[in-house]
Amino acid sequence: MKPKVLILRTAGTNCDYETDHAFQLVGGETSLTHINQLIAGEVALMDYQIMAIPGGFSYGDDVAAGILLANEMRYKLADSLTDYVESGRLMIGICNGFQVLVRAGLLPRLDLQQVQQATLAMNTSAKFECRWIHLETQESNCIFTQGLKPRVYLPVAHAEGRFTAPQPILNQIEADGQVVFRYGSANGGAPEYPDNPNGSDHHIAGICDPTGRIFGMMPHPERFLTRLNHPRWTREKLPKAGDGLAIFQNAVDYVSGLS
Amino acid sequence: MNVKQIPILNADALELSRISQEGLLSLNLLEMQAIQAYFAKLERNPTDVELETIAQTWSEHCVHKTFKSMIEYAEKGRETEMIDGLFKTFIQRATQEIGADWCVSVFTDNAGIIEFDDNYNIVFKVETHNHPSAIEPYGGAGTGIGGVIRDSLGTGLGAKPILNTDVFCFGLPNLSYDELPKGALHPKRIFKGVVAGVRDYGNRMGIPTANGAILFDPRYTGNPLVYCGNVGLIPKDRCDKTVEPGDLIIAIGGRTGRDGIHGATFSSLELDDTSENLGSVVQIGNPIMEKKIVDALMRARDRQLYRNITDCGAGGFSSAVGEMGQETGAEIHLENIPLKYEALDPWEIWLSEAQERMVIAAPPENLDELMAICEAESVEATVLGTFTDTHRLRVFYLGEIVADLDMDFLHDGLPRHTKKAVWEPPQHPEPELSEVDSTLHRSMDDARSTQLTQDLCRILASPNVASKEWVIRQYDHEVQGGLVLKPLVGRENDGPGDACITTPILGSRRGVIVANGINPKYGDIDPYHSAAAAIDEALRNVIAVGGNLDQTALLDNFSWGNPDKLDRLGGLVRAAKACYDIAVAYGTPFISGKDSLYNEYRDTTTGEQLAIPPTLLISAICVMPDVSKAVSMDVKSPDNRIYVIGKTYPELGGSHYYAICGFIGNSAPKVRPAEGKRTMEALSLAIDQGLVRSCHDCSEGGIGAAAAEMAFAGGLGMHLSLMNVPRDAGVTTDNLLLFSESNSRFIVEVVPKKQEAFEKCMTGIPIGCIGTVVESGDFVVNSTDRGVIVQTTIDRLKESWQGTFRW
Repeated sequence: MKPKVLILRTAGTNCDYETDHAFQLVGGETSLTHINQLIAGEVALMDYQIMAIPGGFSYGDDVAAGILLANEMRYKLADSLTDYVESGRLMIGICNGFQVLVRAGLLPRLDLQQVQQATLAMNTSAKFECRWIHLETQESNCIFTQGLKPRVYLPVAHAEGRFTAPQPILNQIEADGQVVFRYGSANGGAPEYPDNPNGSDHHIAGICDPTGRIFGMMPHPERFLTRLNHPRWTREKLPKAGDGLAIFQNAVDYVSGLS
Repeated sequence: MNVKQIPILNADALELSRISQEGLLSLNLLEMQAIQAYFAKLERNPTDVELETIAQTWSEHCVHKTFKSMIEYAEKGRETEMIDGLFKTFIQRATQEIGADWCVSVFTDNAGIIEFDDNYNIVFKVETHNHPSAIEPYGGAGTGIGGVIRDSLGTGLGAKPILNTDVFCFGLPNLSYDELPKGALHPKRIFKGVVAGVRDYGNRMGIPTANGAILFDPRYTGNPLVYCGNVGLIPKDRCDKTVEPGDLIIAIGGRTGRDGIHGATFSSLELDDTSENLGSVVQIGNPIMEKKIVDALMRARDRQLYRNITDCGAGGFSSAVGEMGQETGAEIHLENIPLKYEALDPWEIWLSEAQERMVIAAPPENLDELMAICEAESVEATVLGTFTDTHRLRVFYLGEIVADLDMDFLHDGLPRHTKKAVWEPPQHPEPELSEVDSTLHRSMDDARSTQLTQDLCRILASPNVASKEWVIRQYDHEVQGGLVLKPLVGRENDGPGDACITTPILGSRRGVIVANGINPKYGDIDPYHSAAAAIDEALRNVIAVGGNLDQTALLDNFSWGNPDKLDRLGGLVRAAKACYDIAVAYGTPFISGKDSLYNEYRDTTTGEQLAIPPTLLISAICVMPDVSKAVSMDVKSPDNRIYVIGKTYPELGGSHYYAICGFIGNSAPKVRPAEGKRTMEALSLAIDQGLVRSCHDCSEGGIGAAAAEMAFAGGLGMHLSLMNVPRDAGVTTDNLLLFSESNSRFIVEVVPKKQEAFEKCMTGIPIGCIGTVVESGDFVVNSTDRGVIVQTTIDRLKESWQGTFRW
């Protein structure tokens, strides 16, 4: 049986089509689901093994990026969300989805506490920017990045992507190995702007929860699925598959292994 | 109830004009008299709702009076010519004569439609939002892009928006505040506001903004131009629309407020420092509302729940319902329309251009399912009335009739105008070429560099040519995951791509190329050549990335000054003639277009009237069967050969080279379409056969700028010689060779072992191998006969190009 993937959308979600495509490419059975359907009880979270919150501007990012959808999840889906998380299923938030997971307290979820412990603040460049960046894959127990290349190349496109938290929280995220991706420099050395496109603390681009099953990242793996997505495919020799594909493949493989 | 009778029955000419002017109706005397005659037959005065409805429907913005009018056209030394409508004679006729069978719908719907693959068609539309952006750059530009997205959404039964394109024209960004006309915003403020407006709307909608251009000229200071375009994808069986009597009129989306009242008629007024007091003419955008509408409508469309759809744009409900019910009749109840706040008069509700509203026609039996979908997507939907078979537009407010108009009068009662146009070619001072070459603007800052090296750097640094990366990066061009050729390309992802390519169906290699051409500088010499060059440039950009002429369609967007002035209209006639000549010769049909006239700013302090330069934007769209054959403009490897394709003529008139030397000149580049077509077809074939490693079109700054851009984008140098550049006998100097802006030319890079095959493929086309790509960063150009004329590095060239807008 194909692993079932729920792709959550709401007003302002806009990377649902390509996220859906990514999971389909790796053998997921996907369903684009509006949060209203979950709230109304028309769709049950527990029928799915993977939940993805795609990029976009949920509710226009009014108040702060992702916060309204985060609150809907916390307060309107509270029980089913807890059941889902505790049952050992997978969850990925990309860009706006990452902002949602952090604001909903699902990341970094230190000590398995669902409270907001970190934030994604305005880029230090003070503007929305779309560019390709290098990521350094960190040693972690994140299900989504097992066996991934040490360096991957993906696009970012956001205005509020600067990962920041109080120092003790940052220390614990580091100590527990929850940093999954850091921005890397194009030419060696520490990544300065624009290699670190938003000024994130510790150059953090993606983190997971202590279980490795909940994962969020600012860059967009669903935008690099084939070599033709790469900005320099007309001049470089590249493998057929894009760097982002393995992240979705890992999720589907993991769930398939379980069932 | 706040409905007034407007006393026009006994009004004299003076009084009629006063009513039009004070009511911001933008109706001329002839039109007011036609309305007077209509109501005289009815033996009553019109209500304000009726008069406003007619004014919106008859506005230049909605009905394109100038393009439809008879024109008496005079050109020196020629017989006066009667033109039976510019649109019919030059635009529509071109498309008819080309007769491309892949054109699905042209000029009738909200956007043009062409075939894409077995299941889908592509829609494309470009709009202007100039006057609102002059007054409120952020809101004006945001609602500009919002509006054109709704055009795609209102085409057929609704297309999914897949790509945005934006072209802006501003005053000089470094203008001193003393020189700013009274009441005008500073060009830099307009620039930043417009970019932010397009960014925030486009990004929130999740539509990649991946193609565009930004131009500068002092004459755009009071009246900037904001062109917004959108490409959509639509299933083949959802392209037709009908209305049946009995269908419900349903509004979907945002609520109605006092924003954007008189937008349609406002666009027919010249601007001055009092324009901003008009207050409510600029609309307020909410992209998330529009995104919800897209989500809901796509579901309803696929379930076939409605038969017709259009957007509420200029004129609001009055024009949306009026258009949809043209063949049937419509009855509407204004009190049903959900309002943002109370206390709107009926005519305001009816005319409001509040954003993010669509109108659909749905059979009553589908109402429940439709409402359920809208509720699930958190979008408000409201039944406003029904389509009838009365051929009348009847508007009610709280049970009382406030408008009752004959559809035939509303849509066909507009008296046809006859306008006069005169064209007199201007004479600009013509510089002596050798004089320009040797003495003008010799800079002392870098004694080691040659004059032409400095000229090349200055051209690259001039605002029109310089890198727009500061802008491009603020747009999300990767969303939807389909973009395979980005706006910025090359070794550092920062070179100027010629066109973008997207694959709207993920997993398929079939793509769409979107490009544009615009060069108002040539229009200062002759709008004919400016228009012809815009078409040639748009097509060059398509060809340069791997497109072909076989399935390329064009959009024409004219932004002009006041067409009631003879010379402005004369220039417009010239440009329209070029559209016909060149489009037919290339076999590339127009599928849609728009005109924005009255783009003038009056400085009330000096009394000076500032008209924009005549500006025609040509947008091109091409279906590319296999995007993996695309090429980018950055050079790829050392030792590869560089060729110039196409002949260089002595055409520096309106060029950037002349501009930096302080001249306009008179020798505007001409398009020679027979030659151009052969060149483009041969080059398409060469690219298709994989014989070309990189390709860039020659436009502003000629061969010099194009070669430099290819070199620094690829991070490699070039050793070039002008000896082998194919040329006309009149081309006698190095600066002409380097900077002439002749049309239909390209620079390409070819791998040595493919040279023979490439040259064979280009048989009969003027080409010349002019040099080699080198590993070092040196950029060196040798003259035909006097040694090195350009000697610099790609770093310096790139810095010139990038430094201008490093904001």
